[in-house]
Amino acid sequence: MNKLVAIAGGSLAIYIVLALMMGVIPGWQLSQTPPGPGVKPLTPLQAEGREVYVANGCSYCHTQQVRPLPQDQVFGRPSAPGDFAYQTPELLGSERTGPDLTDVGVRRGSDVWQYIHLYNPRAVEPASIMPSFPFLFEIVDRAPPGVAPAPIPKAYAPAHGVVIPTRRAQALVAYLLSLKQPPQPAQQTAAGAPSATPTPAAAGTARTPVAGAPLARGKQLFETNCAACHQSNGRGLPGAFPALAGNAVANAADATEHIHIVLFGLQGKTIDGVKYASPMPAWGAQFDDRQIADLINYERSAWGNHGAPVTAAEVAKVRAAGNGK
Amino acid sequence: MSADPAAHGVTPTGAVADSALGRVFAGYTIFATAWLVFATFVGLVVAYKFGAPDFWSSQPWLTFGRLRPIHTNDTFYGFASIALVGLAYYVAARSCRTRLYSTGLAWIGLALFNLAALAGTVALAAGDNAGDLEYREWPWPIRLIFAAGAVVTAINLLATVARRNTHDIYLSNWYTMGGALFVIVIATVGILPWYQYGLGQVAVSGYFMHNSVGMWFTPMTLGIFYYALPKLLSRPIYSYALGVLAFWTNLLFYPIIGAHHFLFSPLPWWLQTTAIVFSVAMLVPVWGGSANFALTARGRLGDVAQSYPLAFIMVGVLGYFVGSTQGTFEAFRSLQAVWHFTNFTVGHSHLTMYGFVTFGIWGGVYALLPLATGKYPSRLGMGAHFWLAVVGSFIYVISLSIGGTVQGLDWVHGKPFIQSVVDMNPYYVWRGVGGILMFLSHLVFAWNVWRMTWGRSAARLPLAPALAEGAAP
Ligand code: HEC
Ligand code: HEC
Repeated sequence: MNKLVAIAGGSLAIYIVLALMMGVIPGWQLSQTPPGPGVKPLTPLQAEGREVYVANGCSYCHTQQVRPLPQDQVFGRPSAPGDFAYQTPELLGSERTGPDLTDVGVRRGSDVWQYIHLYNPRAVEPASIMPSFPFLFEIVDRAPPGVAPAPIPKAYAPAHGVVIPTRRAQALVAYLLSLKQPPQPAQQTAAGAPSATPTPAAAGTARTPVAGAPLARGKQLFETNCAACHQSNGRGLPGAFPALAGNAVANAADATEHIHIVLFGLQGKTIDGVKYASPMPAWGAQFDDRQIADLINYERSAWGNHGAPVTAAEVAKVRAAGNGK
Repeated sequence: MSADPAAHGVTPTGAVADSALGRVFAGYTIFATAWLVFATFVGLVVAYKFGAPDFWSSQPWLTFGRLRPIHTNDTFYGFASIALVGLAYYVAARSCRTRLYSTGLAWIGLALFNLAALAGTVALAAGDNAGDLEYREWPWPIRLIFAAGAVVTAINLLATVARRNTHDIYLSNWYTMGGALFVIVIATVGILPWYQYGLGQVAVSGYFMHNSVGMWFTPMTLGIFYYALPKLLSRPIYSYALGVLAFWTNLLFYPIIGAHHFLFSPLPWWLQTTAIVFSVAMLVPVWGGSANFALTARGRLGDVAQSYPLAFIMVGVLGYFVGSTQGTFEAFRSLQAVWHFTNFTVGHSHLTMYGFVTFGIWGGVYALLPLATGKYPSRLGMGAHFWLAVVGSFIYVISLSIGGTVQGLDWVHGKPFIQSVVDMNPYYVWRGVGGILMFLSHLVFAWNVWRMTWGRSAARLPLAPALAEGAAP
């Protein structure tokens, strides 16, 4: 009997102590982490969308944690403890079959894009292996008043009728668009992390360090950040995102407007007779002047475009002038 | 000197049988096998979806995000847990030369485990996922049912050992009793909500997913090794003392390293660093344990070709050694920086949960179930199972390890994300090929289990005479 008590009881006692030390107590302490500056709780609709996210296992392919590593800079600044204050259940995830989504509301800040992508990811990213989520949508003959049908490209659209998001899709997209990192709190990643780790991508610093010739750099930036909407071939998606191939702004002799749009975004402009429902995100905070110039020069020379090239100095001038009209 | 000779028959091997114990062991094995076939079929569907993302996407319950947790939870809690508890009961009763404390409790435990797995499957299919927190996705009331099963198991195992007719408590029981007790703690820590908000929950997730593997499946499987290996070889374990050392060091080091699943996360840096340091210390129990098994089989490797049960166990030992050592290396920050978040991790978890735990279970079942039922599987059946499973899992692990490395390097080189998706495609296909072979091996296993239970027994195999009572206490 004594042997049994020593072996079973002894190991259990040790294990309980270790479980408290490594599980419960750190959990308890870290549960008190206060929200970082600018970290806000979700609205009821966004919270509902988060439940849709959990129920459908988006976390098995998408992380929501940006590491203090160079290769993670495309996803935003390193995650800070205060970022997770309102995140229960935590959705940090363990696999990146798809990109990290911590800051996706900035990168893909267009409900139109999100709807098309959820209905069928191949419609915006032909090589995607993300599952389609048609059950989050309804196909109706005519959209009810006040509801905008998702402009699904022809090849992916149903033969008849239009595609409208269900309530669950609306909530999910509201959640995805809420995923925006507030600015970096002062030098805070993991508590105690050595400061040798890359420092946050504050406004204006390089987010994606890419080497190589300017045009190659521009192409890489475009593929990573812009192709989701404007497509690799520059043709956009009819009715959803304008073509940049043959586009007037990208071919204009004066590049000021082009620079301005990429820095500060764009909303409500009619392009070639089409008015676009969703805005063009602003990229000024993500990229420095040289990167913006690389991007723009790529757009002005690819797909048969022949706009005059711009320099980082010109970008700096437009940036300095600010977002006035 | 068993308690009640009337309950005993004598099998063809001459071993003393306890028919109630045999039925319990067979019952657990049969249900475990059913879960294995189901859960790995789901796994195949999930693997197929990587190449056909629109396949079965119109019904919510057939989508990737619902089926993946069904695959992982049912292999963990349906298949592996049930199979290991069945084995642990058999090992406890035989090594203590006594009868099971309570067959009634054993059946109640089996019912609870099955109920939990069934309810968990339905809940996940319906989208009732507790938060995509790996291995604890079932809603908490269902996890409570599983925990109740674990409590019943622990009581039954301890009470069986308490009525032993041997002086010492054989090492196997240290591991299995430990596992059954630890898993109660693990399940409880996973369920209680008070310390699981935001980042606090991340810490608990690191603890939970890590400990459920290493303090439940690992000790249970090692317990089976310590019994089945000496039994098959008719010689005692090489070093009992080394086994004891491995037990205590595993207990001390392993629970500390859970945070290595969250390296570079915002968890406190000291927690991450401690995890890395003790990941290295884990080499003591892992290498000590593996060496102990290997040395037990010293000079007898020829027998591995003679005996499939032995071959399964030796692959399991190798899986333990390679998988756990790999785990240590993965914990280094420099390697984590490349491999974390890639499919390398998926390869690693199959190396451990499949190469180690699952092969260990199969070896244990093939070695011991015939002793309990008096019926044997055919050599051809075991051979087909063995080779399909070995080749299949080899392809699986290798393809994801290479693919995961490619994926990680794509990111390091700053390529557009979609490049890493495109580059993975051929490796996903190879993973599928490996998965098909693995699944086929499970069907063969089911057939073999049938022959060891209800079906017609095959002839007794070479080495089987050595299976008489003896070597292991
Ligand atoms: C099988 C894995 C998988 C699952 C499950 C999955 N995704 Fe994805 N996701 C991907 C891949 C791969 C990409 C990159 C290609 C693309 O843009 O489609 C992606 C891209 C995305 C993007 C665009 C990110 C960016 O930076 O361009 C969003 C947003 C997204 N997914 C949301 C979701 C949501 C919401 C769910 C759950 C309803 C989900 N995903 C489920 C694999 C997956
Ligand atoms: C989330 C989708 C989306 C992404 C990502 C995106 N854009 Fe746009 N872009 C749009 C939309 C929508 C418009 C049209 C807005 C309007 O008409 O009001 C637009 C317009 C433009 C225009 C102006 C075209 C014109 O004729 O006025 C340029 C130039 C442009 N985008 C460049 C870029 C660059 C460079 C990037 C990457 C750094 C990028 N876009 C990423 C959606 C996107």
